[in-house]
Amino acid sequence: MTDKVVRIAGGQGFWGDWLEAPVRQVRDGPIDYLMMDYLAEVTMSIMQKQRSRNPLAGYARDFVPLMERILPDIVEKGIRVTSNAGGVNPRGCAEAVLESARKLGLAGKLKIGLVTGDDLLPDLDELMAAGHQMRDMETGRPLSDIRDRVLSANAYLGMQPMVEALGRGAQVVITGRVTDTGLTLAPMFHEFGWDFDDWDKVAAGTVAGHIIECGAQSSGGNLLKDWRKVKGLANPGFPIVEASADGTFVITKHPGTGGVVSIPSVTEQLVYEMGDPHEYITPDGVADFTSIQLKQSGKNRVKVSGIRGGPRTDMLKVSIAYFYGYKAVGTLVYGWPDAYDKARAADAILRQRLKNLGLEFEQILTEYVGVDATHGRLAGPASPDLPEVQLRVGVRSTDKAAVERFTREIAPLVLTGPPSVTGFAGGRPQVEEIVAYWPALIDRTAVEPGVRVEILEA
Amino acid sequence: MATVKTVPLQLRYLAHARSGDKGNTANVGLIALNPEWYDVLNKQVTLARVRKHFKGLVSNVERFELPNLHALNFLLHDALDGGGTISLKTDAQGKVYSTALLRMEIPVPVALARQAKKRAKCPNPCSSRSMPAS
Repeated sequence: MTDKVVRIAGGQGFWGDWLEAPVRQVRDGPIDYLMMDYLAEVTMSIMQKQRSRNPLAGYARDFVPLMERILPDIVEKGIRVTSNAGGVNPRGCAEAVLESARKLGLAGKLKIGLVTGDDLLPDLDELMAAGHQMRDMETGRPLSDIRDRVLSANAYLGMQPMVEALGRGAQVVITGRVTDTGLTLAPMFHEFGWDFDDWDKVAAGTVAGHIIECGAQSSGGNLLKDWRKVKGLANPGFPIVEASADGTFVITKHPGTGGVVSIPSVTEQLVYEMGDPHEYITPDGVADFTSIQLKQSGKNRVKVSGIRGGPRTDMLKVSIAYFYGYKAVGTLVYGWPDAYDKARAADAILRQRLKNLGLEFEQILTEYVGVDATHGRLAGPASPDLPEVQLRVGVRSTDKAAVERFTREIAPLVLTGPPSVTGFAGGRPQVEEIVAYWPALIDRTAVEPGVRVEILEA
Repeated sequence: MATVKTVPLQLRYLAHARSGDKGNTANVGLIALNPEWYDVLNKQVTLARVRKHFKGLVSNVERFELPNLHALNFLLHDALDGGGTISLKTDAQGKVYSTALLRMEIPVPVALARQAKKRAKCPNPCSSRSMPAS
């Protein structure tokens, strides 16, 4: 057993997170690894939409200028980066970062590990013909129901190809659809040389990864408990794992940063997006969240221990994006007095007009922001004296023309409906294409032989 | 046998919470504000009560216990108008279902209700029974 501690810093919690965070993680204190998670369930769909318009796109574009800012520091300090910023185009992402490195005069000084093989789209028909049904995990429908509308299909890869890339000297590892937790597991397994079937260690790294994968959401951001007492969020410290060889670790943040690392802050993140806590399933193993022990071991330090896990399953999850239809959301603001009644009257008029036009929608959803938009009927009766209410109407349809016409029915309400209405200066609502998410499972053996690790040099 | 007098109390005084999504399912993790209050939560925040609370808003509820974290986890199925990119809801990803659960009331002993409401008015450090701030 060694005393070695590996510091893995969370740099981004999602695509669109605070751009200063990774820079500060690199500059404000010692770290060994920077992990940057960009991929939520819906993100692959969005990236796919962008790639369908531009073959060079399809990855987290913010990642490239961000890397440009930190590359000189990480090369000098030897900090290594793991990121799934590659989205549906990891090669394009890696090439863009290499280009930045050359521009910065770092030619010959940077090796990028590129992980591919998560993309199943080219082989999808072959896989289906071989009997892989890839049924929707929620509805049970077979993929053949929507095959002609599939835009992307990516298997969730685990840590192993990233561990290989680190072992081959990659300083920056760029992947497509790997699990968020794998980005943290890979550095731990690379550094400590743990066996891939040491399931308790896999579970420990999985929990560590889960805690830091959403950025400051474990270090005081979005913390409900005593939220007024969380100070310094103008400069939040993003979370850092200090991992030890025995599988225990400490969650902390750099000194002098805002936010808080406490048992409540870590617990809120642990339960975020949780399913059955006994079985947190990843490609690398299964973690039991009911085994986690937390202890406040110092100011802004939470020690995590006791984690148990079980063997990985034979299946990998597949994230499939498919064309679903169109949607648009229109809003108007109604002012006091009787703001809620006016908004409701406007909604009734709008719905009658849509009906009179013979437009068909799969869904028309009305929310009254200020009354019931977030909690529905649980919010209770509206106060009769509300200063204003925002009427928010959304429609969804496979018929683009119907959605288009809906977007032209909002503004007319201003002069042809209830009074005291404002807030329409943004113009007509935009028609959005819906690229939807289809989660499925596939045999591991159908995917893993196609996974490749390449080392690219600047 | 003497029965302890109880009063209804909103969960906001006893617990904090965070929610997230998996497709069209929202989860709500409910965490005791004070570890000593976990047993009351575990006993009173029953599947039946949570199902009734969210009736009409979700299709089905599952419940899990995490005594190690003084927390319960609830899965709320069909809660998100299709979820993800399909949903037309403001809260398409179920981020504030957490606080919707905190509106629910459970019966608690009068003394606990008093203690919990006092904590809400004056959270740590002035409440001696609460967890350290950092």
